[in-house]
Amino acid sequence: MNSFAADLETLRPVLLKYAQLQLRNSAWAEDAVSEVLLAALEKPQNFAGRSQLKTWLIGILKHKLVDQVRRNSREMSLTAEDGEDLDESLFRPDGHWREPPQDWGDPTHCLNQVDFMRVLEACVENLPGQQGRLFMMREWMELDTAEICKLLSISPTNLWVMLHRARLRLRECLQLNWFATK
Amino acid sequence: MKFMHSCKEVTHLALQALDEPLPLGDRAAIRFHLWICKYCPTFMRQVELMQKANERWRRYSEE
Repeated sequence: MNSFAADLETLRPVLLKYAQLQLRNSAWAEDAVSEVLLAALEKPQNFAGRSQLKTWLIGILKHKLVDQVRRNSREMSLTAEDGEDLDESLFRPDGHWREPPQDWGDPTHCLNQVDFMRVLEACVENLPGQQGRLFMMREWMELDTAEICKLLSISPTNLWVMLHRARLRLRECLQLNWFATK
Repeated sequence: MKFMHSCKEVTHLALQALDEPLPLGDRAAIRFHLWICKYCPTFMRQVELMQKANERWRRYSEE
């Protein structure tokens, strides 16, 4: 095996991790990653290091993931958990906070820690299926809302409700697994 | 148009603003609420931190 192929092999698990985070289906994720590796092998390029190669591959992966979403959108259904709203646990019926939000302090403290990135990643992984897919499309793939609605044939209101739930869940998860422990 | 919003409504609008530009009236109502509310400014800082964290995570995944 030449060194380019060996480097691809080394990076394969990372690609698979993000493909799985986006698609929430291991067969589709495997397909997307295989497509990336095939595309890379068709026109091998020289990179100064593995980091540059990774950046290039993640760029290709994002395109392949959009293709997979388009192809499988009909099977991307909501789970019961996707329907749950955190509002009731956060707010009293009159709309006031049940528990005041905690001050998370200076952002630079946590943002520079790899451990914090791992907790964030685990929290994204823990989002319910459809919330996770939509969150990834918006925040990781940086698609705009109109594009996401078109890809999945959902209404803007539907998208917004799901992103809202995802963000409140993420906040809850970070609070419990990072800020409450500091 | 309603100007006095509850904390719950303000959090909804503040999160919506991450995906769509809000009408001027909503933006003004958020500002007004943040000015008189003791807790929502903390929530807004949490949201800001989360947005920065998402961006950092995106970069971290690509490097």
